[in-house]
Amino acid sequence: MAKIDAIMGWKELDLGCVIRQPGSSRAFKTGDWRSQRPVVDRDKCIKCGLCWVYCPDLSMVPAEEGYYKVNLDYCKGCGICAKECPKDAITMVLEED
Amino acid sequence: MAKRIGMEVSIAASEAVKLADVDLIAAYPITPQTHIVEHLAEVVADGELDAAFVPVESEHSAMSCCIGSSAAGARTFTASSSQGLALMHEMLFIAPAMRLPIVMVVANRALSGPISIWNDHSDIMAEQDIAWIQTFAENGQEVFDLVLHAFRVAEDSKVLLPMIVNMDGFTLSHVIEPIEILDKAEVDKYLPPYKPKVRLDPRKPVSMGLVGVPEIYTEAKKATNEALINSKKVVVKAWKEFGDLFGRYYNPVESYKTEGAEVILITMGSISETAMTAIDKMREKGLPVGLVRFRLWKPFPATEFKKAIAGAQTLAVVDRALSPGGACGPVAEEIKAALYAERGRPKVFNFIAGLGGRDVTVENFEEIVSRAFTYAKKRPKQLYEMIGVREI
Repeated sequence: MAKIDAIMGWKELDLGCVIRQPGSSRAFKTGDWRSQRPVVDRDKCIKCGLCWVYCPDLSMVPAEEGYYKVNLDYCKGCGICAKECPKDAITMVLEED
Repeated sequence: MAKRIGMEVSIAASEAVKLADVDLIAAYPITPQTHIVEHLAEVVADGELDAAFVPVESEHSAMSCCIGSSAAGARTFTASSSQGLALMHEMLFIAPAMRLPIVMVVANRALSGPISIWNDHSDIMAEQDIAWIQTFAENGQEVFDLVLHAFRVAEDSKVLLPMIVNMDGFTLSHVIEPIEILDKAEVDKYLPPYKPKVRLDPRKPVSMGLVGVPEIYTEAKKATNEALINSKKVVVKAWKEFGDLFGRYYNPVESYKTEGAEVILITMGSISETAMTAIDKMREKGLPVGLVRFRLWKPFPATEFKKAIAGAQTLAVVDRALSPGGACGPVAEEIKAALYAERGRPKVFNFIAGLGGRDVTVENFEEIVSRAFTYAKKRPKQLYEMIGVREI
């Protein structure tokens, strides 16, 4: 269910909370409890794609010119991309910073 | 109308399931429920009932299978007891949350330990919060009638919740009683085919049983609870229609000789019949006693109950399960909570009796009533007491 639907009242729920629209989980942004987010330094990035390979939530996505960017709708801030990056091109920064 | 024939009550229960023309039965044998599903396996194998009989490897699987079957839109039945019901536990909550009208007969039996195959209500009282509609039968005819009623109520488009018919193990399940078995045409008049509002269908895909994130879980629970509370209207209406068609009328709460009663006994299940015999005996002696018994247990019929006990100063509530470490037995607890806000509420005394198959006799009821009269004058120290326990 989409974030916007999650504020629906109990009378608005479908019978047994059934979901009739396929693929609706895409509308559910799961990244809202992240405490840190990855920031990519393109000066250091060699476009190897390891962050894309290792991200457990498919939140590293191919971007223009062969670079990769973060999809913050789903990124949980786990830091695996930063850990795996062979060039230390990814830094985890606190969300509130 | 059919004539009454001598029949084991378990067989009568399965005859009702057969007449309801169920599509799927998934069950695992457990004493004292076994005869119900054994007979159903026979009628399916003999071609008398066109249904799938799934002999699963456990009760957990039985309920899982029933959930899948009901989600696919099939009329679904199972039965269990005691440890088997306990093994279903985690799946039991899923069926009402998904609004699946599964019908189950529970042949009530004590929970271990010590190991006991005999009758009491500890199995079902451990499942108080599963959000299933629950009725309790008093005799064989009621078991037959309540099973048909259960399908009618559970599948009603205003309800769509699973339903349990409780019947006392052995005391009812293994006893041969004169029972009027309705014929198929009569049952068809009462029970229309099940028309699911939503079901698993590859041509029209839906997702069921999904995660309820913190933003939605509370609303989902509220929705199911409201459906359960509101189901009472349909429970009552379906009993009225049953009575109009077949002449046997049922109510959520039944009263027996409560006019002018100072002490009212409260019971549930088959001991109610013994209690009525005890009431007759005590009334003959001039004692102002009556009986109120629950047929509907969940949703708890508080309004009907308060009406039934109006005027009595003292209630003697008989529980057939212990709530260890708690304030009293589960039935008394519900009653006390329902009466707390009432002005001039009666005194409520609680007696635990008939655990693990111990008989509850006419003499036991006389003793309970006698104590209730005494306690009404002088409040006892304990919140409840166990009847017939050897204090040595």
